[in-house]
Amino acid sequence: MEKTTESRWAQLWDNFKFPLLSIFLAFLIGSIFIILTGNNPFVAYYALISGSMFGMSRIGETLLKTTPLIFTGLSIAFAFRCGLFNIGAEGQFVIGTLFTVTAGYIFRDLPAPLLIPIILTAGALGGGLWAAIPGVLKAKLGVHEVIVTIMLNYTALFLTNFFIRTSLNPSTLQGDVQKAHSVILGENARLSNMSDLMPIFGSSSLHTGIFIAVAAAFVMWFLLYKTTMGYEIRSVGSNPFASEYGGISISKNIIKAMFISGMLSGLAGATLVSGLTFKIDQAPASAGYGFTGIAVALVGKNHPLGVLASALLFGILANGERKMQIAGIPKEVVGIIQGIIIIFIAGEAILQYFPDLKKKFRRKGPKTEVAEK
Amino acid sequence: MPHVVEMKKITKKFPNVIANDEVDFTLEQGEIHVLLGENGAGKTTLMNQLYGLYTPTSGEIYIHGKKVDIKDPNVAIGYGIGMVHQHFMLVEPFTVAENIILGSEPKKGIRLDIEKARADVREISNLYGLQVDPDAVIHDITVGMQQRVEILKALYRGAEILILDEPTAVLTPQEIEELGIIMHRLTDQGKSIILITHKLKEVMALSDRVTVIRRGKNVETLVNENTSVDQLAELMVGRKVNLEVDKMPREPGEVLLEVENLKCHNNRKVPVLKGCSFNVRAGEILAIAGVDGNGQTELVEVLTGLRKPESGSIRFAGNNIFKAHTKDIIEEGISHIPEDRQKRGLVMSHTLAENSILGSHKKEPFSKNGIMNYPKIHEYSRGLIAEFDVRTPSENVAASALSGGNQQKLIVARELMRDPMMLIASQPTRGVDVGAIEFIHKRLVEQRDHGKAVLLVSLELDEVMALADRIAVIYDGAIVGLVEGSKATERELGILMAGGSLNKTAEDKEGDHGKNN
Ligand SMILES: Nc1ncnc2c1ncn2[C@@H]1O[C@H](COP(=O)(O)OP(=O)(O)O)[C@@H](O)[C@H]1O
Ligand SMILES: [Mg+2]
Repeated sequence: MEKTTESRWAQLWDNFKFPLLSIFLAFLIGSIFIILTGNNPFVAYYALISGSMFGMSRIGETLLKTTPLIFTGLSIAFAFRCGLFNIGAEGQFVIGTLFTVTAGYIFRDLPAPLLIPIILTAGALGGGLWAAIPGVLKAKLGVHEVIVTIMLNYTALFLTNFFIRTSLNPSTLQGDVQKAHSVILGENARLSNMSDLMPIFGSSSLHTGIFIAVAAAFVMWFLLYKTTMGYEIRSVGSNPFASEYGGISISKNIIKAMFISGMLSGLAGATLVSGLTFKIDQAPASAGYGFTGIAVALVGKNHPLGVLASALLFGILANGERKMQIAGIPKEVVGIIQGIIIIFIAGEAILQYFPDLKKKFRRKGPKTEVAEK
Repeated sequence: MPHVVEMKKITKKFPNVIANDEVDFTLEQGEIHVLLGENGAGKTTLMNQLYGLYTPTSGEIYIHGKKVDIKDPNVAIGYGIGMVHQHFMLVEPFTVAENIILGSEPKKGIRLDIEKARADVREISNLYGLQVDPDAVIHDITVGMQQRVEILKALYRGAEILILDEPTAVLTPQEIEELGIIMHRLTDQGKSIILITHKLKEVMALSDRVTVIRRGKNVETLVNENTSVDQLAELMVGRKVNLEVDKMPREPGEVLLEVENLKCHNNRKVPVLKGCSFNVRAGEILAIAGVDGNGQTELVEVLTGLRKPESGSIRFAGNNIFKAHTKDIIEEGISHIPEDRQKRGLVMSHTLAENSILGSHKKEPFSKNGIMNYPKIHEYSRGLIAEFDVRTPSENVAASALSGGNQQKLIVARELMRDPMMLIASQPTRGVDVGAIEFIHKRLVEQRDHGKAVLLVSLELDEVMALADRIAVIYDGAIVGLVEGSKATERELGILMAGGSLNKTAEDKEGDHGKNN
């Protein structure tokens, strides 16, 4: 057993040494760009770090930005473990907010200990059902999930805007004037603010959603690596043929995985609404948590604990960006650093693909031999 | 006289293997020289260098005593070298003539002179006694025919040195015999032939000399008359092997699996099983023999729930399992060694531990109420690895890290440890080394001896004849003959495998009558 855990750690390190190196290199290359803009990289990075981490308020803000990214990152990672590319986290996030506000209004008279679990569940369910659509289409008809999820992102956005304008508008529900946002959640539907619990967080708006996010990562880890469901989902993700052979239903697992993935994205929306915004605004485009989630999952190597770390990194970048701007460094630098990290890590994925390719070559006969030429 | 081909100290390195390690090889004028070695020994790699598909990492090649640098197949063709690959490279919708001339087409102006092409093909086909129909379309002709086309194609381009890579793998025994005759006719005309194989019997039947390679290294070059199957086996594997399967006679029990008039389609919705009927009894090995592509793959898929049949009936131990789910079929007590271990048998990125419970992952003690019990799984897997001698550092490595033979052993272990009532073994020894073959055969017989039903589907006639109590021959999606294993002859099976009928041919060939039934 001793040996087992040791090799586990070695495996873990193997998995994460490259992302760490990529991050380091990205900052190194980023500094070249900073110099090109006529600035001092040390000043820039100091601003980035201090702006996101010096002082509990700032750390609080960083964690606030991290929270939805953990959820969407987990969401995409989970689908990925089943071999699915869920580009629809964005739409599932939006539907999550819609369900949360709706449930918050319907059950507005319930006390907080009941109402909060209800609205979070509603948000998760909304995202889950929204994601189940491409799941079912893929499982039953073989329609590729990428296409369906992309399309459903727009559908989700416009559908939500529609409800905000109509049935969820304060003008409809509360006889107020027409507003550009939905009804506002009551106090009893709101997650506690961290600074109320721990004054040390000062002026930050961090809410207890962060705990739910971290818990979700552990739940997902447990689900993936300790349950038969996770075993089946991972099997289908790595080799659907062998799964079928082992009596595992591919279509059931695709639907399950999409549903759970959608629930995680839905929770991103639910916690954001119930912890920070308390309402949803009409928007011409969605907030982008779903898309950033793809990068988060990629950098976190689709591992729940990796996602926690990488969401934090993206949270730091997002929050430190402001301070860097104040220090006179163009905020695009942060975008560049993010981009480089992603390129490196995606590059590693390609590198890893090559020996695999070669293995495939070796297995087969002359086709491969010709392929070498 | 200089050697036709002389390869000196050829080394070929791939990123993580040395496929050839200072291999020497010589070919004499007019000989059939067998290159013998296990799967992965480096035979194909060595010949691909002679044919210019690979460049040697180091070493020299001489043709008729002259040092040459074969950069690509065109150079090789220029030196009169032709190669027929293990997997044919014909254009399926084209005719025989079109395929043969492809790459060196006779032209009329800029237009293809198809008349001349057909005449040319007829001419060389007569010259070498390789009868083909120039106008037949490739996908309509048999594999044996396709092979002739490949050989003709090489000859058409002026090959004096022919390399045949495992040409017999896809042929019936009769076709193998014909190939032997063709090869001798070619050497009589002064051609020299290199024949790659891993089958010992062919070596003895067909070769003048043999070069054995093992793990990329030369072992020995022997003259046919001075060697034996046993010696070659030992050289090939590196230790003494027992090629015989010890099998005591045994009375079979009651019928377990009954298949009647089974029909199904392949992936392209073309009927492949066209009314297949047979049964398997407890305590017997029923082998399905046949040439590749006659419905074996689909038959096994249907029996194991991986493909939905169209019609017919399948009963197992009295229960209807027609169109049953794989999960339920496993539940019934049917284990399955799949023909493609990498595609079906293993999840390559999972550990051996996780792979050893594939299919029983929902059973106690491996899981309970949906929670996996990994300590138990690991313990179980270690036991399995020990008992079936799977060579691996531990149960924690990914399945992809194992060699083919060990991957196969893991699958066999998993399927047998489930203690099934019936085992369906599809090509259980394909691509594994002789040592592992010996082991797997022993285990199959053991199952039978313990009163289990074994359905063996194999393309290797030797395997079928060594193991089977009864042999069912499949041809064009139906069982066309059933022969007692102990009484079967290769010739008989060959006739059935080619779609012939035993009674008719027996009458034709006087004296054979009444040998079966
Ligand atoms: N293109 C390639 N890249 C890497 N390894 C290869 C390649 N081709 C063959 N090999 C490896 O070289 C060894 C010899 O293979 P091969 O010549 O095909 O064996 P044989 O024909 O004797 O079965 C094997 O280990 C095989 O995996
Ligand atoms: Mg080969």
